[in-house]
Amino acid sequence: MLVVTVIILSVISLFIGAIDIKPSDLLDWESLETQIFLISRLPRLFAIILAGAGMGIAGLIMQSLSRNKFVSPTTAGTLDAAKLGIIISMLFFSGMSYIGQIMFSFAFALIGSFIFMQLLERIKFKDAIFVPLIGIMYGNIIGAFSTFLAYEANILQNVDSFFQGSFTLVVSGRYELLYVAVPAIIIAYIYANKFTVAGLGEDFAKNLGLSYRTVLNIGLIIVAVISTTVVLTVGIIPFLGLIVPNLVSLYLGDNLRKTIPHTIFMGAAFLLFCDIISRLIVHPYEIPVNTTVAVIGSAIFLIMLFRGKAYAQK
Amino acid sequence: MIELKGLSKSFGKKTVVENVTLKIQSGAITSFIGPNGAGKSTLLSMVSRLLDADTGEVLLDQSDVKKMKSDAFSKRVAILKQANHLNVRLTVRELVSFGRYPYSKGRLNEEDNQFVDKALAYLNLTDMQDKFLDELSGGQKQRAFISMVIAQDTEYILLDEPLNNLDMKHSVQIMKILRKLVDELGKTVVIVLHDINFASVYSDRIVALKDGRLVKDGPTNEIINSESLREVYDMHIPVQVQDGCRICVYFNSHN
Repeated sequence: MLVVTVIILSVISLFIGAIDIKPSDLLDWESLETQIFLISRLPRLFAIILAGAGMGIAGLIMQSLSRNKFVSPTTAGTLDAAKLGIIISMLFFSGMSYIGQIMFSFAFALIGSFIFMQLLERIKFKDAIFVPLIGIMYGNIIGAFSTFLAYEANILQNVDSFFQGSFTLVVSGRYELLYVAVPAIIIAYIYANKFTVAGLGEDFAKNLGLSYRTVLNIGLIIVAVISTTVVLTVGIIPFLGLIVPNLVSLYLGDNLRKTIPHTIFMGAAFLLFCDIISRLIVHPYEIPVNTTVAVIGSAIFLIMLFRGKAYAQK
Repeated sequence: MIELKGLSKSFGKKTVVENVTLKIQSGAITSFIGPNGAGKSTLLSMVSRLLDADTGEVLLDQSDVKKMKSDAFSKRVAILKQANHLNVRLTVRELVSFGRYPYSKGRLNEEDNQFVDKALAYLNLTDMQDKFLDELSGGQKQRAFISMVIAQDTEYILLDEPLNNLDMKHSVQIMKILRKLVDELGKTVVIVLHDINFASVYSDRIVALKDGRLVKDGPTNEIINSESLREVYDMHIPVQVQDGCRICVYFNSHN
C-alpha cells in the first residue's frame, strides 16, 4: 500500500513543474525536457524521498531512545544545534571547506542531542508533554544564539532563506550529501532490535545484557548524521519526524524491526505529497515545502494531541 | 548460589545499604522485607548489576558478577523492576520474545520460539499474545513482564515489588506462579515485598532490612513472630496461625 503510494506520488512529482514535461519527451535524449528531467526533476525526487525517510527514521529513533512520543529532532534541539554549527562555521571559519562545514555542523547536532538526553536523565518529572516542551525551550535557547550571531554579522536574511526547507534549489550536484542518509538508515535497521530493547528502559536493557550506553550513542550519531545532511541540503523540515513515526506506531506498535520500513515509506510519501502541494498551489511558482509541511503537519499533530494525550501516556 | 559480601551503597551522604552479607539459598523463594527506605530495592539492584556497589562484592557460584560478561550474566540472572510506567506499544508476544534476546539477539530460532510459547502458556497469556501491552490491565501486564523473564530462562529470577498496583486476586495469582517456578522448575526467586503476609505465606526464607542494615535472615517461620518483627518494624505485630499460615494482624496495633 505505502509502496504503491510512494510510486504514484513519485511519478506525479516527476511530471509537474514550471515546464511541462511529457513522458514522450524523454524519448529524445537531447531534448531540453530530458535535460531538465535529469538535472532537476530526478534529483529533486531523490532528495525528497531521502529527506522524508531520513527525518522519519531520526524521529523514530529519538522517540524510542527518549521513551517519549513527542520527541523528535525538531523538539530536542538537534536541528537548532546543527544550524548553529553551520552559522559558526560560516562566520568564524569562512575558509573552511564544505566537508569541514559538514563535520562542524554534525558535531554540533551530536552534542546538541546528547545534551538533551542528559537533561532528560536529570529531570524527574517525565510527563509526555513536559519533555518535548523542555526540548523546544532548549532548542529555542540554541536558536537565540544563532539569531544573535547572524544579526551581529548582518546575515540574518541569508540564514533564514538558507534554512527554509525547500527543494527549489535541489539540482544535480547540490544534493548528493543526502545519500549519506542511506547508510545511516541501513545501520538503523540493523540496530532495530537494540533500539527497541533500549526503548524499554535502561533497567530492561541491562537485564537483557544490552550495553545501553553504546546503543544510545549509536542512535544519537545516526540522528545527528541524518539531521545534518537534511539541514545542509534542504533546510529545516518540521513535524515530519514527529508525526510519521507516531502514525506508524498507532497501527503497527513500537517494534522497530517492523516499523522502520513503514516509517521510511510513509516519511517519503508524506514529504512527496507536501512538495506536490507546494508546487501546485501557486503554479507555476512554488512555496517552500516547509510551509506546507508545517500547515499539514501541525494540523495532524493537533489531532494527535487531542486524541492522544491518553495514548501517549499509556 | 548467590553470595553477598559486605555490600554497601551510598547516594550522596546518605548510606542506603550498609555492609550486608548473606547467602541466597538456591531453589527457594527469598523475600526481602523491611520498612520504607530500608534499602531492599537498592540491594536487589546491586545483586542484579543494575547498580554498582560502593564496597563489597556479589558472588555467583564463587565468581564476582562484576567480572562476568553481560550476556553471560543475563542468561543466568534476570531482574524485573517496577515497570508499570512503561509506555511502549509492543504485543505480548514481542515483549516475551525479547526475553530471548541474550540468546538470539533478536533473531529467534525454533528453540527460542518454543521457549516463548512455553513462557506464554505458563502465565496463561497464549490467548492474548497478539494484544498490545497498552490494551492490557495492570495484572495482565505484570504477567506479560514475568513471562518475558521466564522466557529468559535463568536460574535466578529477581523481582522488585511485583505486586505493586495489583489487586488481591492478581497478587495471589502472581505469587502462586512464583511458587510454581520454584517447585516445578527449580528456579531461585528473590523478591522485594511490601505486604508482609504475602512474604509469610509464600516464601521459604526471609531477609529483613532496616536502615540499610541486615536485621534478620532465616527460614520464614523463624522470622514471622512478634518479637522479630518488632526489631524490623518498631511496632507490635500480633501473629495468628490460620490454616497453617502465619498471618500478621497489625492493622489495629498499638505501638
